[in-house]
Amino acid sequence: MAVVRIPPVLRPSVGGEREVSAEGSTVGEILESLASDHPETRSQLFGGDGELNRYVNVYLNDEDVRVLDGLTTGVGSGDTLVILPAMAGGAG
Amino acid sequence: MPSGSEYIRTIKSQITEVDPSEVHELLNNGVAIVDVRETEEFGAGHLPGAKHVPRGHLESRIDMAVPDRSQRVILYCASGNRSALAAKTMLDELGFDSVESMTGGYTLWKDRGYEVDVPRTLTAEQRERYSRHILVPEVGFEGQMKLLDAKVLCLGAGGLGSPIALYLAAAGVGTIGIVDDDVVDLSNLQRQVIHTTAGVGTPKVDSAEAAITALNPDVNVVKYQTRLDASNIMEIIEGYDVIVDGVDNFPTRYLLNDASVRLDIPVVSAAILGFEGQLSVFAPHQGPCYRCLFPVPPPAELAPSCGANGVLGVLPGTMGLLQATEVIKLIIGSGDPLIGRLLMYDALDATTTELKVRRDPDCPICSVDPATIADDEMGMFPDYEAFCAAAG
Repeated sequence: MAVVRIPPVLRPSVGGEREVSAEGSTVGEILESLASDHPETRSQLFGGDGELNRYVNVYLNDEDVRVLDGLTTGVGSGDTLVILPAMAGGAG
Repeated sequence: MPSGSEYIRTIKSQITEVDPSEVHELLNNGVAIVDVRETEEFGAGHLPGAKHVPRGHLESRIDMAVPDRSQRVILYCASGNRSALAAKTMLDELGFDSVESMTGGYTLWKDRGYEVDVPRTLTAEQRERYSRHILVPEVGFEGQMKLLDAKVLCLGAGGLGSPIALYLAAAGVGTIGIVDDDVVDLSNLQRQVIHTTAGVGTPKVDSAEAAITALNPDVNVVKYQTRLDASNIMEIIEGYDVIVDGVDNFPTRYLLNDASVRLDIPVVSAAILGFEGQLSVFAPHQGPCYRCLFPVPPPAELAPSCGANGVLGVLPGTMGLLQATEVIKLIIGSGDPLIGRLLMYDALDATTTELKVRRDPDCPICSVDPATIADDEMGMFPDYEAFCAAAG
């Protein structure tokens, strides 16, 4: 069980929530749980190969899970996952 | 008793005077050249390499300037009188072996057309304008001079670019380049504070220039009323010390990253959406580049821009000023810049989150030594528009 912070571009896919709780003991399990609960997020998080899309970064607390153990990185109950897709809003 | 002028004539007859032409030959030749004029005179210009010891402080300060009394010393003042008197003192009272006075002083030296050093100073108006910077130890006089010498390129005079350009102008950044091909629209004014209602319909670069010049005439504004693309980016960004990225699309962001890494120019980057902002500093080869963070852009449906999605008007102000702060830190060399870190600001929660950004050892751009890139590859970029369209 961990808290997942949802970025603005994914919020419409999770009913507008900014944080959701998801079950699982690894990054992969938690994101899979998120995708099961909110199917619209699946294609945005995962590519066809089941790996994270390269334009989405996921952080366990402040560390990129790619420099940890990727989707198999263990997650404790007090941890927060941050989903960070690239944003380009600027000049507006 | 003799008159003052008679006394000086007498002194001059007792010392050796040298012509400026001879002094010119002796520059950088092991001879100590000492300017004995007042501080303000010295500050207005002096002989190259001259040391400064005002005649009034001669006895107390000459040892710091010329510790070796056997060294040959040439003194000068404005016209040759004060230096003659000082030479006499140094020879008779202070025990120097060889002290001469330059004939005609600084005035004759300049009349002969010899080179002078003019130390850079702030004008009285600048000292007043930047007084609150000068009072901050981390900025001070040196930092203010760095700001005045700095060249910063703002990509966009929109939501982020408006506060950035205004505050950098106020801070005295000497050259501010602005790249924007847009004109001011009424819907911009909710957040783009550099523009005015009267400026609706005018090019943003002109509107921004007018505001900057009105705020601080020290600033040289360089306008680029165009969009950055592969054909012009190298030419535009070369020579700038820092680039501030307020661009609203991925093709330009990747193009900018690659060009800035090749030219080794740090980019202070921010992005905003809704109530959230992201901020980081990409300093080539010191930390990760944008491609280390996001190797590929997202598909179009996941890459909305502000124009389509709306933005809280104050948010670009907040993020833009965080960018401007990072720019100033980079210029004055103080503090811990946001290199290798990404700051997320959530305005609704009033929370910030900091994430680590690692340099990718296999990054196709910043893991390559720019010097090893062949000349014909420099400035060449793939077609990013097509690249991003394909990604979408």
